[in-house]
Amino acid sequence: MPAARLGPSLPMVLAAAAPVIVAFALLPRIVDLYQTELLIYGLTFAIAALGFNLLLGYTGLLSFGHSAYFGMGAYTVAFIVRDLHVQSMELCILGGLLSTLVLSALFGYVCVRHTRIFFSILALALSQVVWSLAYKFFWVTGGTDGIRVPRTGVTLLAGLIDFKGSGSYQKFVYSYYYYVLVLFVVAAAVMWVIVHSPFGKALQAIRDNETRAGFVGIRVRRYRWIAFVISGCFTGLAGALWVPLNGLTTPEILYWPFSGEIVFMTVLGGFRTFTGPIVGAIAFNYLKVYAVASSQYWQLVLGCVLVVLVMVLPTGIVGTLARLAGKLRRR
Amino acid sequence: MDTLVIQTLNSIFYAAVLFLIAAGLSLIYGVMRIVNLAHGTFYALGAYVSAWAVGTVFGASASGSGNLVLAGQLLLLPLGALAVAAVGAVIEPTLLRPLYRRPEEYVLLITFGMLMILEDAMKLLFGGTPLSAGSIMDSMGSFRIGGLLYPSYNLVVIGVGIMAAIGLWWFIYRTRFGIILRATSQDRRMASALGLNVGRVYVQAFAIGCFMAGLGGAVVVPAQAAVLGMGVDALILAFVVIVIGGLGSLEGALVGALIVGFVRTAGIQFFAEIELAVLYLIAAAVLLVRPTGLFGRA
Repeated sequence: MPAARLGPSLPMVLAAAAPVIVAFALLPRIVDLYQTELLIYGLTFAIAALGFNLLLGYTGLLSFGHSAYFGMGAYTVAFIVRDLHVQSMELCILGGLLSTLVLSALFGYVCVRHTRIFFSILALALSQVVWSLAYKFFWVTGGTDGIRVPRTGVTLLAGLIDFKGSGSYQKFVYSYYYYVLVLFVVAAAVMWVIVHSPFGKALQAIRDNETRAGFVGIRVRRYRWIAFVISGCFTGLAGALWVPLNGLTTPEILYWPFSGEIVFMTVLGGFRTFTGPIVGAIAFNYLKVYAVASSQYWQLVLGCVLVVLVMVLPTGIVGTLARLAGKLRRR
Repeated sequence: MDTLVIQTLNSIFYAAVLFLIAAGLSLIYGVMRIVNLAHGTFYALGAYVSAWAVGTVFGASASGSGNLVLAGQLLLLPLGALAVAAVGAVIEPTLLRPLYRRPEEYVLLITFGMLMILEDAMKLLFGGTPLSAGSIMDSMGSFRIGGLLYPSYNLVVIGVGIMAAIGLWWFIYRTRFGIILRATSQDRRMASALGLNVGRVYVQAFAIGCFMAGLGGAVVVPAQAAVLGMGVDALILAFVVIVIGGLGSLEGALVGALIVGFVRTAGIQFFAEIELAVLYLIAAAVLLVRPTGLFGRA
């Protein structure tokens, strides 16, 4: 537990992470188009899982309703593109962030009045309100058909890059990869600063002992609320980035099993570490894609992985690797 | 007037099924402090097994072939509930017991894993097409309420719901096992110190909870075919029921089921678009004002 030390400064961490970032930047030159596309999905989910883990790993609150914020980001982008005919992805992201900010501030205000299982169920119930609205108001949201957001409808960098004409698919995948990668690095850096700031330390104090944290003078409920809002916004950003890639948004991403998938990703990577959710999200994406491709019983495969994970490797991929590394070093 | 009677009966029918599911969920939470995300899937499993048993023994189109066949089909229905109870009795010691010492998030996650596994196991075993035991409903016919027809089978479901409520109440408040169950739910360590076999109580409580879910599926399948995904939908409504009534409370599950049943029927009639949203909002409002629900303790 990195409780006492404040940790290295951001430039040091960025320097340490530089080789990984460079490797990610070089990857599209090595792997093919399809793999690149999968990586974009992985990176988007990684942003969502990072946000989710601010609540689970750092504040000790398990939200089973994060699909609402992912979906809010996604649907907002879809509305902006369809109804306002805005093409600039930056404006779309801004809109998505704003709407998730409002939604998570509202829901968070209600949810943080509870902890433990009541918090989980309340977050779930509220997320299902959003789902049922998206599902039933089909003249606005398209119902189960969802809303199409064709990649030709968006432009990156204030219209500098558009995706019309021939070969646009390739162009889209490669440019969107770098677009998402940059945003991911920024998001991860911001999250790193948050969890290592005094605010982040306060959250961890609340997680470890709520009563003591209150006695020290931390306003527990307000801190939880702010953490909730930040967490929701990260997930909303992920949803906004996911839409043009997927080309379609449906109520599926608002339904509660998708919240379960976000939890799954985070636990797969390990929610006790900063990098866990990132690794978990990318790994989960691969796992799901290959399970779906190889068997119609992919849920069975994923379910078994989850059960084994919880039973045998509760610290996730990163936690287990860290333990193994520690053992090797001691020898 | 006739419509009102029929809508009331529909609400009670719906409440009876919801009560069966929610009472099991609530019992498991009350005794073991586990929120079982796979509970809706247990309900679906009960529906599938019952429909499969009726279909295999009597063939798909046995409707109208006499009272004996109908009696046989009705007797086969509880098979689904028994099968689910057996599955529960296997799952608790193997998957859940090793996790009681860990934070509750892990138990929640493993029930989510169980949900995924069971959903696909049902697809594997029973195929992707809906399974129905509708022949029971057909051969039981219907009766007249004023100028309108109402299926007689729905009354059977309502009857099962009422009987289950009375039976569970008697079981929990009037039998020795009920006392043990309540003692374990109040203080696990004290119960264990007094010489109760807590492990066995847990298996039994979990199996009974699963039985209730399976029974819900078994009684609903002659009226609505078993389809994939029905469990995932049912779970959330069962959550709404026990959140309104109070987690771990039997009376709460009954009242919650009636509230949800009537609101849903009214919703379908008058505000179809926001019918589900209203239910979730009621649940959220109850959690906010009375976190322990209408009937919950502490």
